[in-house]
Amino acid sequence: MASHYEAPIRKALVVGDKGYHDVTVDIAAPVEGRANKHWWIVFSIALIAFLWGLGCIIYTVSTGIGTWGLNKSVNWAWDITNFVWWVGIGHAGTLISAVLLLFRQKWRMAINRSAEAMTIFSVVQAGLFPIIHMGRPWLAYWVLPIPNQFGSLWVNFNSPLLWDVFAISTYLSVSLVFWWTGLLPDFAMLRDRAILPFQKKIYGLLSFGWSGRAKDWQRFEEVSLVLAGLATPLVLSVHTIVSFDFATSVIPGWHTTIFPPYFVAGAIFSGFAMVNTLLIIMRKVCHLEAYITVQHIELMNIVIMLTGSIVGCAYITELFMAWYSGVEYEQYAFLNRATGPYWWAYWSMMTCNVFSPQFMWFKKLRTSIMFSFFISIIVNIGMWFERFVIIVTSLHRDYLPSSWTMFSPTFVDIGIFIGTIGFFFVLFLLYARTFPVIAQAEVKSILKSSGEKYKKLRDSGKPLYQINGNTEVTETVTEEIVNETIEVDEKQVSALFDTIGVFDAETETADDLKKVKGIGPKMEVTLNEIGIYTFAQVGKMTEKEYDLLDSITGSFPGRAQRDDWAGQANKLNSNK
Amino acid sequence: MYTFSNKLKIASFILMAVGLLGIGAGFLSAPGTIEEAKAIVASHSDGHGDAHGAETTHHDAHGEEVGAHGKHDASHDEHLLHQLQNKPWAALYVAAFFFMMISLGVLAFYAIQRAAQAGWSPLLFRVMEGITSYLVPGGIIVFVILVLSVLHMNHLFVWMDADVVAHDHLLQGKKGFLNPTFFLIRAAIFLAGWILYREYSRKLSLKQDESNDDSNFKLNFRISAAFLVFYLISESMMSWDWIMSVDPHWFSTLFGWYVFASMFVSGITVIAMVTIYLKSKGHLTDVNDSHIHDLAKFMFGISVFWTYLWFSQFMLIWYSDIPEEVTYYVTRIQDYKLPFFGMIAMNFVFPLLLLMNSDFKRVNWFVIMAGVVILAGHYLDIFNMIMPSTVGDQWFIGIPEIGAVLFFAGLFIFWVFRALSKAPLQPKRNPFIEESRHFHY
Repeated sequence: MASHYEAPIRKALVVGDKGYHDVTVDIAAPVEGRANKHWWIVFSIALIAFLWGLGCIIYTVSTGIGTWGLNKSVNWAWDITNFVWWVGIGHAGTLISAVLLLFRQKWRMAINRSAEAMTIFSVVQAGLFPIIHMGRPWLAYWVLPIPNQFGSLWVNFNSPLLWDVFAISTYLSVSLVFWWTGLLPDFAMLRDRAILPFQKKIYGLLSFGWSGRAKDWQRFEEVSLVLAGLATPLVLSVHTIVSFDFATSVIPGWHTTIFPPYFVAGAIFSGFAMVNTLLIIMRKVCHLEAYITVQHIELMNIVIMLTGSIVGCAYITELFMAWYSGVEYEQYAFLNRATGPYWWAYWSMMTCNVFSPQFMWFKKLRTSIMFSFFISIIVNIGMWFERFVIIVTSLHRDYLPSSWTMFSPTFVDIGIFIGTIGFFFVLFLLYARTFPVIAQAEVKSILKSSGEKYKKLRDSGKPLYQINGNTEVTETVTEEIVNETIEVDEKQVSALFDTIGVFDAETETADDLKKVKGIGPKMEVTLNEIGIYTFAQVGKMTEKEYDLLDSITGSFPGRAQRDDWAGQANKLNSNK
Repeated sequence: MYTFSNKLKIASFILMAVGLLGIGAGFLSAPGTIEEAKAIVASHSDGHGDAHGAETTHHDAHGEEVGAHGKHDASHDEHLLHQLQNKPWAALYVAAFFFMMISLGVLAFYAIQRAAQAGWSPLLFRVMEGITSYLVPGGIIVFVILVLSVLHMNHLFVWMDADVVAHDHLLQGKKGFLNPTFFLIRAAIFLAGWILYREYSRKLSLKQDESNDDSNFKLNFRISAAFLVFYLISESMMSWDWIMSVDPHWFSTLFGWYVFASMFVSGITVIAMVTIYLKSKGHLTDVNDSHIHDLAKFMFGISVFWTYLWFSQFMLIWYSDIPEEVTYYVTRIQDYKLPFFGMIAMNFVFPLLLLMNSDFKRVNWFVIMAGVVILAGHYLDIFNMIMPSTVGDQWFIGIPEIGAVLFFAGLFIFWVFRALSKAPLQPKRNPFIEESRHFHY
């Protein structure tokens, strides 16, 4: 792709003394390590919230939509608010990975994986609401235009609600494919590092047998670009169609032509806020400060500021046009929003979405992690209120003043909303423990141009390959150890043969140990020198024997364990 | 250093001269009396039989003037006279706005490149600065036309007519915003803001070449970000003022952003065309195919974006079918079928098909051809915005329209290339210039 040259005034995107192997180790660490107490605490809370929401959903489905606070005038409230809120959050992922890919923004690489995960999980939450609202979710497949046996029933192609079904399911599938494509080399990295055969197997399956050959990489880049091209119009289409749910109507406050681009800007706004919320925590918990740097947070804050301003411009345009149009209904709808019984929702929205992002004009504030976190929460709240304001304030003043009413949510409304937040975090926390949370293969591709270590080497005029000097030193050291230990530690060698058995050259034939991945010709010679010749012997090795072997040979400590020589040898032995 | 070649200079003068003749011919042939107007219409066509019936329903803004049925015929004839008198003015206004809009679109693109600290584009900064230099004469000409409208030299903006407002309840409601004084004050503020940023940023850009630190560059970054905020607001309001208010009853919240998409894509197209021209003359040697490729990608992408906004606005109004709003499209589809749908073909279908292939985006003459279609399409877009409510069904792309385009094209070429010859075409000390030179895709 683009050239490796980077202007010296650009800041490093990977800070600290990070080489290629450090990236691997740092990003594999949360997956390979164990979960700490904090993770379990947060996970338990999320799980309880999720179960509570599940209970509320079951109650709704078994009793009916009447358990919600909806009434004759406000016949759409929290359900659609939550739906739009979650779909909106689901926008940042594809925007970061697709649009920023097309714009060649390297900083996306540290955050795209988690943003895409967030996208998928939040679209899942969003999808729940229309399905529950159907009342009979087991008939949800009726929204698909399948040739049906139910008579002349056919989906209403004129309805934006149906367009939603297509838009969101397309978006979900393309996002999933995009996410997974990026994950392939990273899963393969975890597979190659896995110690336990089970994990190796699972990550092997997840990585679709990624081999890391040049052809794999070439196809990977091609498909990424094609998917980015496909995903970009999709990002726009999804929220555009969500906005059509309202804008195609003739309800004052809903029918306004600016809705499509303004909903998209709002969605990007809320999506970036949620990415900031999640990543500020994650970089701390998973020790990824070197990859998700303050600069990344700053750039996301700038996107929040930009989209917040666009949204603010749209709010004011709407307000002005309501007056300018001379349409009394339209004028009343907006006056009622700002000064009617729901004034507090309107002004919460204005404060959170238009005023709060303006703090990001100050460099001190947008580089403060605590402040960024605070604003990201504020924006999340504000964007929920935006949808609430649009939906409820337009509905609660019906055309007939006798139908004017207010909306108050029941515990079921609240429970389902809380439940989806719980479900979202359950999924995200599980993801953080099992997936490589940063696209390490992509980060490695910019390491030489944008890594602090290489930038410093370049600035000081040193060649970038000089770093290899260290490994040479260790190699000579190990060789010395090898020679010494073999002579000295006869005892250890005999202890080794107690468990794995001695090779009897008369009854047995030596196996080609090179077939075991991780054993090269040199290592085979060393093993033969010690007295290990067969797969059977290698197959009996456990952790204790590996350690013994390491202390005897001294070379590549931990290598045998990582490549699971015993497991490989047993398989080879049985296939013999 | 680029020198404005004599050949091009003469070409631009010829364009201006021919254009002036066309504009003059347009004004001279405009009817002075109702009888003349009737004669023109009668001699032109026999297909105008239905225009009479359509008149009252289509042009609701002017329709308000129509009083009792008895007066109908007389007022219709007067209306026809106004439309024909408006014709040369509207032709002038559309072309003046179109070329001003190109340089304004380039200014937005330039500010975005600066604020985003883009690494690929600094090699093109001087080209962009050259194009934005036209904002001064172009903006002033538009302003003069607006002043002449306020002085009732023409009837482009029907709300400026006190008689009309007196009989129009809706326009009375808008008086707080649509009144001549405030209108001109706003126009002056917008133009002052844009020109101020353009001149200051250009000054800093030139100063950066001679400086020995990055302070000018950093200041330029800051003012560009601030300018974008001003632009976001002023561009929307400008489009309501200068375009939307020719249909003073009609309104659409999306309108400002829709006009923005039009000016943005036209501006980027002109950057690509000027760059390719300069390259063909042996300048801008460091600009490679990847830069052209990127510009062509923007032409492609923003064309799709324009279509998205066009569709959003059209679809929502068509779907809701609210009489006050849908009349806008009814008029256009009935009286402007060819330019209306032709514009969509030129602005969407052509760029989509021509620029989809990534190899074609690197073929310079291909980009020029696509650019010509895009520019013509966006001229038509502005044409479709202004004409229906100023000249009604009396539109025609004839001598006054083509003359105005030629005149402003000549002026644009003259001014832009004169500005290009005033400074080296390649910035020297922009911190990203090396990145831009190394750029390859």
